[in-house]
Amino acid sequence: MYVYDDFDTEFLAERNRQFRAQVERRINGSLTEDEFKPLRLMNGLYLQLHAYMLRVAIPYGTLNPHQMRKLAEVADRWDKGYGHFTTRQNIQFNWPKLADVPDIMDSLAEAGIHAIQTSGNTIRNVTSDHFAAAAADEIADPRPVAELIRQWSTDHPEFQFLPRKFKVAVTGSEIDRAVTKAHDIGLRMVRRDGEAGFEVIVGGGLGRTPMIGKVLREFLPVADLLPYLEAIVSTYNLLGRRDNKFKARIKITVHENGIERIRELVEARFIDNRPKFDAEATEAQLARIEAMFQAPDLPAACDLPYQAAYAADPAFRAWADTNLHPHRNPDYAIVTISLKAHGATPGDATSDQMRLIADLAEAYGHSEIRISHEQNVILPHIARADLPALYKALRVQGLAVANVGLISDIIACPGMDYCALATARSIPVAQEIATHFDALKLEHDIGPLKIKISGCINACGHHHVGHIGILGLDRAGVENYQITLGGDGSEDAVLGTRTGPGFAYDQIVPAIERIIRAYLAQRLSPAETFLAAYKRLGLAPFKAALYDQEGADAA
Amino acid sequence: MSRESFPQIVTANALIEGDVVYLTEAHGWTRELSEALVLTNPTDAELALAEGDAQVAQVVGCYLANVRLTASGPQPVHFREDFRRRGPSNYAHGKQAEGSAHTPADTPADTPTAAKAISAA
Ligand code: SF4
Repeated sequence: MYVYDDFDTEFLAERNRQFRAQVERRINGSLTEDEFKPLRLMNGLYLQLHAYMLRVAIPYGTLNPHQMRKLAEVADRWDKGYGHFTTRQNIQFNWPKLADVPDIMDSLAEAGIHAIQTSGNTIRNVTSDHFAAAAADEIADPRPVAELIRQWSTDHPEFQFLPRKFKVAVTGSEIDRAVTKAHDIGLRMVRRDGEAGFEVIVGGGLGRTPMIGKVLREFLPVADLLPYLEAIVSTYNLLGRRDNKFKARIKITVHENGIERIRELVEARFIDNRPKFDAEATEAQLARIEAMFQAPDLPAACDLPYQAAYAADPAFRAWADTNLHPHRNPDYAIVTISLKAHGATPGDATSDQMRLIADLAEAYGHSEIRISHEQNVILPHIARADLPALYKALRVQGLAVANVGLISDIIACPGMDYCALATARSIPVAQEIATHFDALKLEHDIGPLKIKISGCINACGHHHVGHIGILGLDRAGVENYQITLGGDGSEDAVLGTRTGPGFAYDQIVPAIERIIRAYLAQRLSPAETFLAAYKRLGLAPFKAALYDQEGADAA
Repeated sequence: MSRESFPQIVTANALIEGDVVYLTEAHGWTRELSEALVLTNPTDAELALAEGDAQVAQVVGCYLANVRLTASGPQPVHFREDFRRRGPSNYAHGKQAEGSAHTPADTPADTPTAAKAISAA
């Protein structure tokens, strides 16, 4: 993975010195909150309902064991012994004290991690495929390009005060695990006549006005990437609306001006920009970064221990069936560690769990750890022979839950348990859905299903692209939950359709159960997934199950 | 929606700790809603808010919140304020862990039973 050079280290140290001085000036009264707020937001420090929250970037979802242990140390020393992994491959600490934050920053910097541009109207943490460099379906590792974009965008003088926040996602595979179509810019790696390049998607986003991104350029050679990105962001910087916060994202700029007009402006700007970029230097930098992302040597490994455990142990078998993904090397597997134990908070990990993951990544996983936007942890390169031992070790910390991709593998934003913007809670809804279907022993029978929950229309929980999406609202001073069905965050991205009126807090789990029972009753066979059944049947049978008196009585 | 008028309190977050505080009659701040200064007319409420806002070295983000007066002191009208004076529902963190939050009978008893216990620092 990328290793900081002297420039990065000094840049981070200087930035932390600045922030330390800013915090001191706020505490001694020289800065008002209005003056301080943009400064703290530039450094990932929010004020939430019960405390400050520090959002630390995990660039393109990649961590090494040393960094994971550092996160555990921060959790123990300055927080409450846990961290929350988010849908943007960041980690949030929910309880830091303002006076401690400069020390936390310095401590994180020791492991080459920071909180820069994890908030504010800037280019945010660049996200990527959590199976990068391991998936069998990949064209190439997207992370070197993601790192190049991180370097280009960090402290970019022109882009510190954009009309609104700006999110970029990169994937190196046809299979889109990075939700690229729901980002301000999505980059999908493609090859044309042997040359590597990107399909550039622009103007996607969820939130108040959800939009699926549109293709701006079908093929962009890698060498043109930075001048082209700069052309997009500077076009947006000029054109994007600053008069209305709710219309300020690039998706609205694209929507209001039309993709053709945006394309004209971007292409014109790109032609101006190109000579200002030193293409050779960029290429050399990319080559230098690529060298740091060399895939580990994966020696051939016999998978007999795996076969034996798979045949003998039903619990291991259930875990292997749900939590493994094919690796490009058939002797290996990609392991997803579920942070969704039934009844636990989606995406939370204790410091002990973080340390165990770090140890296991070292022992079995070539020291590679990934965080997925689905709020799980991935060990991307595990020899199949080591899977039984890994599984056994994970169990010690409750990390061997066999539910990846199932109904309890829920994305949930922090909602009104933490977030100051929330209109309702998300976490307890996720907890109760997970425990309810676990108690019914229906989870494995239901099969692949993505439930995503947001605590307000900002849609951090990606509810629009959940097969079942749940949006928590405040209706006349009471929590109320709206359901959408049929959303899809994959390469076939679709926004879900609202079913109708929302449900009260104590009615939302029964409502979800009615949807599930309608699916189970109407699917052609267990092989027909919820999403496939929905596409075949449409909304009607689910609506009937939700709202008809009969449906209500049957529940 | 009918615009019922409620008594109000001034609330904010403490500058250093970030936790929820309420303005008191003695012009200071308390962590206990029961000790908050209750304002029954809008003019007083605006004055108290201005007073809170001026204390930039102690607090952040002052605003007025509606309360209902009960025998056990002021109670939040909106569920957001109820969460603020109690803490998150997934862990016993925040005020509920510090033993300072009241758990009145009208608090929804909906905290998930399976919530994983994580020790309060
Ligand atoms: S969706 Fe809303 S409630 Fe949830 S984290 Fe985002 S802003 Fe907060």
